[in-house]
Amino acid sequence: MTCSRRQFLKNTVTTTLAAVLPATAVVFLTPQELRAAIENKKTRWVFLVDTNKCVGCGMCVKACKLENEIPYDAPVTRTWIERYVVTRDGEVHIDSPLGGRDGFINDKIQDEVINPEDITKAFFVPKLCNQCENPPCVQVCPVGATYQTDDGVVLIDRNWCIGCGYCIMACPYGVRFFHPVTKTADKCNFCYHRISKGLEPACVQACAFDARKLGNLKDPDDPVTQVITSERVAVLKDEYGTKPHVFYLGLDENVR
Amino acid sequence: MKNHVLRPLWLAIGLVVVILTARHFMVPKDFGVHGDSFTYGFYRLSNLQEWKDFPVKYQGRERCAKCHEENSESISDSRHKNIQCENCHGPAADHPKIVKKLVVDTSRDLCLRCHALLEYPNSDRGMMKGVVSEKHKKKFDCSKCHNPHNPNLEDR
Repeated sequence: MTCSRRQFLKNTVTTTLAAVLPATAVVFLTPQELRAAIENKKTRWVFLVDTNKCVGCGMCVKACKLENEIPYDAPVTRTWIERYVVTRDGEVHIDSPLGGRDGFINDKIQDEVINPEDITKAFFVPKLCNQCENPPCVQVCPVGATYQTDDGVVLIDRNWCIGCGYCIMACPYGVRFFHPVTKTADKCNFCYHRISKGLEPACVQACAFDARKLGNLKDPDDPVTQVITSERVAVLKDEYGTKPHVFYLGLDENVR
Repeated sequence: MKNHVLRPLWLAIGLVVVILTARHFMVPKDFGVHGDSFTYGFYRLSNLQEWKDFPVKYQGRERCAKCHEENSESISDSRHKNIQCENCHGPAADHPKIVKKLVVDTSRDLCLRCHALLEYPNSDRGMMKGVVSEKHKKKFDCSKCHNPHNPNLEDR
């Protein structure tokens, strides 16, 4: 192949121009801009639990069961309260009778009476679905019966669920259970029917101690968002990479 | 091509066509990828509305106050002001249309949820006024002496 000097220079200029022009036509986004372009959603529901305020009355569990038609006496619940009692010898006593549905009305833990003198600290921890940003329960569903809505809540399609139970196994928080009446998987959905109407979830409304609160992470003026962004909050099982969106104030190292 | 090759081939193609036709009619039209994530957004879109239509049971104290002004005012002046009416009176969804009168839970166990004495240090529960149920007037409902809307005995 022969190529004159004139031809060579001509080709070089045109090729360079052709390569540069489309590149200038493309807008380069910073990672922040890209994120904003993809995630221009108005709502991201989050939950804030203040374990310092919870007294273990269990009204949230009762309200949740009645609101969401979860069989009252069946050993399943969408939210529950755990009691932790740490004694002087370093032992941690944990119980959650009926998920805390009837509260904690005596000092017996698993039929064991603990001498109040020996207790170094004791507290109650409410638990519910973490509405993860990366929900493993959704990944494992073989039929597309569970999904994440635009506002971050993970829902279950009761007409589509085949009840295989993979999601119940996949949830690292043990939040999912098999609903004995609908025969499908079930879990907390932040009372989606209530929050989409502007109401508080039943457990939040029932809590007389302000231990449970719902907020919108996309709204910087939301009091819950302000607490999450300005105070020291923790999440459960961060190491799993599920990005849980239930934040805890005053979470103890013994809580798993 | 030989017949023994073609026959199973037609059978296989026929099966695929049958399955695709069945799929076309059995899978809802709105089932598919919604939103920007295939992993988390593969679902039946109408289910979203089905959840939004789920009936609400707990109405909140504002609705109670519309008719029961006197009772809601009496509790709002007391130490129990943070407690929702429906926590003790039960969810009021069908009240008053279907359920004429709500049944109030006056059991000791309801009060003991907060007022059973648990001596827990550094816990709000440990700071609540509590009783040991077995030792405190165990034959009576709490409401015999304590008015839940104004629990301070001194104020009565």
